[in-house]
Amino acid sequence: MPVLFLKHLVKETDMTERYEQLKTIVQQYLPDDVDVAQISMESNFTEDLNINSANLVDVVLDVEDEFDILLENEDMDGMKTVKDALRIIDGKINSTK
Amino acid sequence: MVTGLGVCAPNGIGLSKFQKALEIGISGIAHIELLEKLNFSCQVAGKPNLENIDLNKYFNKIELKNLEASGLVYGLISGMDAWQDAGFSFESNTEPDWETGIIFGTGISGVERFRNAIYDVDEGRVRRLGSGTVMQTMASSISAFLGGKLGAGNQVTTNSSACTTGAEAILMGFDRIRSGKAKRMLVGSCSDSGPYVWGGFDAMRILPRKFNDNPTMASRPMSASAAGFVPGSGSGALVLESLESALERDATIYAEIKGGHVNSGGQRNGGSMTAPNSDAVQRCIRQACFDSGIHPSDIDAINGHLTATSKDPIEIQNWSEALGRSGEDFQYINSFKGTVGHCLAASGSIEAVGTVLQLVHKKIYPNVNCEDLHPEIEAIVDKFKIPQKAMPFSGKIIAKASFGFGDVNACIIFKTFSERN
Repeated sequence: MPVLFLKHLVKETDMTERYEQLKTIVQQYLPDDVDVAQISMESNFTEDLNINSANLVDVVLDVEDEFDILLENEDMDGMKTVKDALRIIDGKINSTK
Repeated sequence: MVTGLGVCAPNGIGLSKFQKALEIGISGIAHIELLEKLNFSCQVAGKPNLENIDLNKYFNKIELKNLEASGLVYGLISGMDAWQDAGFSFESNTEPDWETGIIFGTGISGVERFRNAIYDVDEGRVRRLGSGTVMQTMASSISAFLGGKLGAGNQVTTNSSACTTGAEAILMGFDRIRSGKAKRMLVGSCSDSGPYVWGGFDAMRILPRKFNDNPTMASRPMSASAAGFVPGSGSGALVLESLESALERDATIYAEIKGGHVNSGGQRNGGSMTAPNSDAVQRCIRQACFDSGIHPSDIDAINGHLTATSKDPIEIQNWSEALGRSGEDFQYINSFKGTVGHCLAASGSIEAVGTVLQLVHKKIYPNVNCEDLHPEIEAIVDKFKIPQKAMPFSGKIIAKASFGFGDVNACIIFKTFSERN
């Protein structure tokens, strides 16, 4: 059990770190009337954060560079919220390990 | 009515700097190291100096990311400055202004960005282009960007007619207001800077090659030693407004546009892709007078196209024949290209801003680098009508013309505004 517990802890830290990394990317594309503080796990990129759909493409490119992963068209289609994005990023990183 | 002006020129950004530069003949032509490195024959050019400009005033942080379209930057500076100069602001949470439109021309947009996109596409990385490629390289990027800033709800478009672009945009906006389809039009033009825009002209051997160590002497309109035009870049913008709209909001009226004309020589009778059909040029000037309801002799001064090529004497001949005036009877005539170079698609709008400033400040700004006036020009026009220092000016009407590749012409008649006329 202690081993499992440790593994869980590492994963949590990873997620927090990735969330911060993603937030740094996303905040560059926020319209002037949306504040960084409004970003949460549940935020929908276009509906809640009001990110222009054209700029979502730029978010994806920045995510690829930041996490050194390649996102397919299907991955992009599934990235509606911050949580979706983190799940997809997590999946990509784990599959390349 | 002209109720707002903005300019981003090689010799000055903003009205006061530009006005001062024109009045005392400050050159914006400089040696460009990159052109030397790339083996250009002509290594001098005119480029607005953005060093002290805060781009955050014009672009939001998303737009500023990967911004690689110099003409778009110049155009947004002059366009937004003109709008603000006219007394308007940039509210974002409003309804579209259905009575405001934009006609803002360019020759080509975002060449640097396009170049980088080409590398990505050729290497199979099309998915890495990002969203800015389309936004910055579509020809209408400048009118699209300005449209969003102003919330313009009337016609928003980009025109393109080579070096006539700027003058044409002004007349298209003027026509739209005159026909009652809009109350206000932001009009102007912009042109990218850099080797990819200027290279083609260098290859055509129509740029001066002997002034690389002496850039401020390179652009010599009307001079016997004129050796080709110096490529430039930048943007000029005017806010045009119906008299009712201007009076209603008590706007400052700089001048009025009485009328103008746009035509083409059809690349016939001496006209070609690169040379004007003189009949068409003269017709354009005369039609502009007719459209304005003035007699050719009413014109007090001319701001010519006059690029500093071997064609300058022909342009002078055309003005003389079209207006029926010569010698001491000729009007004051000048070219701003001696200090700004030939700003291509942006030339007409930058020079139109200068023309209006001459009416406002009651001065004719000097021609530079024509101490050695071309003998064929001196045979047509008395040399005192080609001033080499700023002259006081009491006239009311200035004709501004631009001529472009494709044998296209535009002539605008600007007049001092007085409420009783």
